[in-house]
Amino acid sequence: MPQILTGDGTKIWMLRDRKAQFLRWGGWLVGALVFLSCWRVISDATEWFFVYDAGRIAADIGGRAIPPRWSYMDKLWEPLWDTINIATLGTFFALITAVPVAFLAARNTTPNAWLIRPVALFIIVATRSINSLIWALLLVAIIGPGVFAGMIAIAIRSIGFCAKLLYEAIEEIDTKQVEAITATGASRWQVMAYGIVPQIMPAFAGIAVFRWDINIRESTILGLVGAGGIGLQLKGSLDTLAWPQVTLILIVIFATVILSEWVSAKVRGAII
Amino acid sequence: MSAALDARLGRAWKKPPLIKRNWLRWSLIIGALIYFIAALASMEVNWSRVYEGLDRGWQFIIAFTSPDFGSRAADIREGLIESAIMTIAATVVGIAISIPIALGAARNIAPLPIYLICRTIVALSRALNEIIVAILLVAIFGFGPLAGFLTLSFASIGFLAKLLAEDIEDLDRSQAEAVKATGASWLQWINYGVQPQVMPRLVGLSMYRLDINFRESAVLGLVGAGGIGATLNTAFDRYEFDTAAAIILVIIVVVMVLEYLSGLIRKRMQ
Amino acid sequence: MLRLEKLSKTYATGDRALSEVTLDIPDGEVVALIGPSGAGKSTLIRCINRLVEPTSGRAILDETDITALRSGGLRQMRRRMGMIFQEYALVERLTVMENVLSGRLGYVGFWRSYFRKFPQSNVDEAYTLLDRVGLIEMADKRADELSGGQRQRVGIARALIQNPALLLVDEPTASLDPKTSRQIMRLIRELCDERGLAAIINIHDVKLAQMFVQRVIGLTKGVVQFDGPPDSLTEDVLTRIYGEEDWKETIAKEKAA
Repeated sequence: MPQILTGDGTKIWMLRDRKAQFLRWGGWLVGALVFLSCWRVISDATEWFFVYDAGRIAADIGGRAIPPRWSYMDKLWEPLWDTINIATLGTFFALITAVPVAFLAARNTTPNAWLIRPVALFIIVATRSINSLIWALLLVAIIGPGVFAGMIAIAIRSIGFCAKLLYEAIEEIDTKQVEAITATGASRWQVMAYGIVPQIMPAFAGIAVFRWDINIRESTILGLVGAGGIGLQLKGSLDTLAWPQVTLILIVIFATVILSEWVSAKVRGAII
Repeated sequence: MSAALDARLGRAWKKPPLIKRNWLRWSLIIGALIYFIAALASMEVNWSRVYEGLDRGWQFIIAFTSPDFGSRAADIREGLIESAIMTIAATVVGIAISIPIALGAARNIAPLPIYLICRTIVALSRALNEIIVAILLVAIFGFGPLAGFLTLSFASIGFLAKLLAEDIEDLDRSQAEAVKATGASWLQWINYGVQPQVMPRLVGLSMYRLDINFRESAVLGLVGAGGIGATLNTAFDRYEFDTAAAIILVIIVVVMVLEYLSGLIRKRMQ
Repeated sequence: MLRLEKLSKTYATGDRALSEVTLDIPDGEVVALIGPSGAGKSTLIRCINRLVEPTSGRAILDETDITALRSGGLRQMRRRMGMIFQEYALVERLTVMENVLSGRLGYVGFWRSYFRKFPQSNVDEAYTLLDRVGLIEMADKRADELSGGQRQRVGIARALIQNPALLLVDEPTASLDPKTSRQIMRLIRELCDERGLAAIINIHDVKLAQMFVQRVIGLTKGVVQFDGPPDSLTEDVLTRIYGEEDWKETIAKEKAA
């Protein structure tokens, strides 16, 4: 413990010595300056005139948005079905692709640590870093608007996510079980099927449900860039300033998200 | 040889199924199949359009081999800086607001009414998609980074407060009680009994959220809330695939670096 | 039957775990391998079936040089060496029956094993072995539902269904209570006698080893220090293997009994 001597020579206990204390305050000061300069830039880029008016605008929008236009619900069932399909099929195809990628990326199962593993890791990073909305934007530009583009976007975005969690699970398996299967004279594929797969099954199921839940949320907005689902109606309503419809769509999205969270919690509880 | 063995010899063996009840197992399998077929059938794919698109897709992939950082360099730099600024400011504000909310949302610290209020805030922030929040805030505050900053702050609050509250609820009772037993006031108790236990986790979560906020800031631009997303959107609108490729590469690199740094810091905190 | 010729292993870290171990183990002989932690007991066993690659020397089982085999031949050879592990090393999430049948993987093709379509003769053999080790009612339970002693019995059944000529046993009792330890050792010894199997048993407990084996080999720092019948293990010998300590209570006192 650092101690310091006071003027009359008595020792006082202190948590940190002077230098550490100084550095600490300095750190806070720098942090505060960084934050303030960030705020300054944001503030400079803002039309404060609009912001002062924000309360009135919000009240105005709120006034128009209520009550929601319930009759519009008839037109929402089909997009809702599409939204769920985008999420479910997207998750399904992502998992099919993620499994081999994960096995290629895990240190203990990759066939080649210098050539194949980096490629697998690159696939994981590249697909994971880009938000599904950007993938959707891209795919709409390439293969045209619609549910199909949305599904592919969700699938691509989920590959990296699922493969990352899965390969971490593969790297954490109990090696003794694998050793025991190897010792019986099993082939490489048999070792995988008997020694590794049973151990990562719970992780796999958990990841699948977890990602599906996220994908339901993400697929509700893909329509904003034309990739199908209920987001398409949202965009249409926003563009025409049909606020009562917007309210209804937001309520529907909210309900779907809550429901999917409930389902995934139930399924996860049943697996574990 | 036992009777139990006698009864089994010569009989085939099958792995016991995961779901024991026959009817339930089969109805789940058939239900899944029907859903799958229905879902695929309802998906209208314009294959000729997809086929046409393959060419454009290929061009885009080619663009990745020759990304154009140069011709829109100023736009890219501006977008990147704006994204970084939104990210940092929003993370700081998110942390500052989420700490009191996390304390309020931890059942072992907060009284019930405060607990309920804080949990509602957390639930609301988590249930609303960032993009939707951004759209509403852009409608209210106008285009620009302010809306993006507010969106990210709002989303960070739910994320950080929920995970932090769970952590506080899990913390070691005996340590916290030992501090309470010394006659410490509530604030002292939080400072000495709770804070040291959750601090490493808070730093780890903050770094993680910084990472997420940057990623999100890259899409907020699509709905007019500033940042590098706006630059990317413009590039797509102009069909400048090589510039778009450059922007996407920049995003990937920044995300990778951030992830690496946050991993490093989280490791050192433990 | 099993002959080790100057078998050596140096790990990548530079640790020399085995130096020039030469041993002969005839058919049907049960051998205990004793020695302090880190003496290279586990490494020796694993070098025989090449879960660890030996650095130099040879291991010869029935005229075949195991150390010279390529992957296909090695797999065929591994079928003849059953292995039993310290922490049982069962695949926890598979059933007892699947764990036992996994001992036949070296004989069955991938798809057959994947769909669990083992030949009827294997299934009968698995049931017979489970009956022998007293676990036939547990056949369809998951391995992680069993107690330690029960798991080790499954491990033994898995090794035996391979129809091996040699058992490699790595600390079979290290995680078991004293009574279960004796039961397991007795079971291993009985099964070896019934089937005429040779066995190398890695073991910490000197008394337990003396009770159940025909021959004891003492290993220190990768070198064979002692090789002889169990009753010739004197305090002197133990000092040579393990170092200075009071060994009186450690040795079984047949004469006193």
